[in-house]
Amino acid sequence: MVLSDDILVDIQDLHFNYDGRPVLQGINMKIPRGKVVAIMGGSGCGKTTLLRCIGGQLRPTGGMVRLEKHRVCEMSQTELYGLRRKMGMLFQFGALFTDMTVFDNVAFPMREHTDLSEAMIRDLVLMKLEAVGLRGAHALMPGELSGGMARRVALARAVALDPMLVMYDEPFAGLDPIALGVIGQLIRKLNDALGATSIMVTHDVHESLMIVDYIYFVSQGRIVAEGTPDEIRASTDPFVHQFVHAEVEGPVHFDYPAPSVVQEFLSGGARG
Amino acid sequence: MTVDRIWRLGFAARFMFAVLRYSGASFRRLPLTLREIYFSGVLSLLIIIVSGLFVGLVLGLQGYETLQRYGSTEALGVLVALSLTRELGPVVAALLFASRAGSSVTAEIGLMKATEQLKAMDMMAVHPIARVVAPRFWGGVISMPLLAALFSAMGVLGGWLIGVVFIGVDDGAFWSQMQSGVDFRYDIWNGVIKSFVFGIAVSLIAVFEGYDSVPTAEGVSRAITRTVVTSALTILALDFVLTSFMFRGTS
Repeated sequence: MVLSDDILVDIQDLHFNYDGRPVLQGINMKIPRGKVVAIMGGSGCGKTTLLRCIGGQLRPTGGMVRLEKHRVCEMSQTELYGLRRKMGMLFQFGALFTDMTVFDNVAFPMREHTDLSEAMIRDLVLMKLEAVGLRGAHALMPGELSGGMARRVALARAVALDPMLVMYDEPFAGLDPIALGVIGQLIRKLNDALGATSIMVTHDVHESLMIVDYIYFVSQGRIVAEGTPDEIRASTDPFVHQFVHAEVEGPVHFDYPAPSVVQEFLSGGARG
Repeated sequence: MTVDRIWRLGFAARFMFAVLRYSGASFRRLPLTLREIYFSGVLSLLIIIVSGLFVGLVLGLQGYETLQRYGSTEALGVLVALSLTRELGPVVAALLFASRAGSSVTAEIGLMKATEQLKAMDMMAVHPIARVVAPRFWGGVISMPLLAALFSAMGVLGGWLIGVVFIGVDDGAFWSQMQSGVDFRYDIWNGVIKSFVFGIAVSLIAVFEGYDSVPTAEGVSRAITRTVVTSALTILALDFVLTSFMFRGTS
């Protein structure tokens, strides 16, 4: 059992409705400092919503998110902005500013939030880019980068201010196996080097099992399973088993809910 | 449907107050706004100057055509200058500005929204309205009167070219009649007020449509269309309202 002081993010009974449709239905999570935690689940199960509730971009309809000693869902805009300076976020496709060079993208949070001299910013930016192996690409525009490189630049930008919490929204989406491995290693390496805590939302099981400390499985707005990578690999839970082994049928169905096949095809007389 | 529209109008009003509230950075950090003045204003110069010249040329031709019937071709200068400073300058320049700069501002903000750049900025504790929207708004508001003034100046030049250089209206009469016929406060200043109002309207519509666009390719293209259509209608309607207040046949 971890001490409560070591819990960075504490989520209690979190509910979120979108247009009256429940997306999150009672999520409980404790994320300890210094760990890399993955939140997994199929597309559209509410993972990204959960991440945005932690970042304070969405207000939950019920429950509580506590980050350090702050209650995120009750903070004003100004307080939230103060807190977000200590957070970094990597968006699904990087979300780099397309009108700025790679260098200016990474320098953006520093220029907005600090009074550092340009010389100092230059050194810091090049160090961040060096960490993701793209120092040589600092003069390129985002449009000239490959998907994997753009993700790495976005990663450098997310950690530009040495955040205590880094959130990753689908960091592996749309990457080739090499780029995927590179990003995975970077997430782990940067987390440990910065002494940060990372929350990663993903559906890539195998890459995640290799780099994370703890995994939560979310399905239909609830946590259905959790554990360390070893526990997950050994799990007999039908949902986890289906997910890890990528099986088509299991607790999660392949077919979108529909009337029975017989009914559908035999009643379609209008077209005949 | 109607409720949606009214709701959207209310949202636009709240958006305007948010833009004003977060405008501090646009002036504290002048380079942000200067950059937008460059993109909205300087890059619109070509279309404004060329169109202004052609409008002036046509005004010169048509004006001469009509005035010579009454033997008062010397009044060509007044006619050209008054129509440009009072109406054509602000209105046509604003219409061109909406289609040249307004549409591109909408597209830019819409695409930034579609690619999550605005959300990313928000997560980096930088307010997108302060950093992206307000500088573009003020860039447009500052550019618009300058462009309208240039448009009018080019139009007068065009009228002079046709009337004096090609047709042979008396040069001295052209300019002296214009000088005595155009009142600074009544004609020019009212024109400047108009172009300023149009600048606010067009810039606000452009940034709002971009910010409020549906973040997909289709949504952004619709937002751009709405910017151009709504701006054009707003400019013409506002022009009628302003004219009816400013020019009541008392001069």
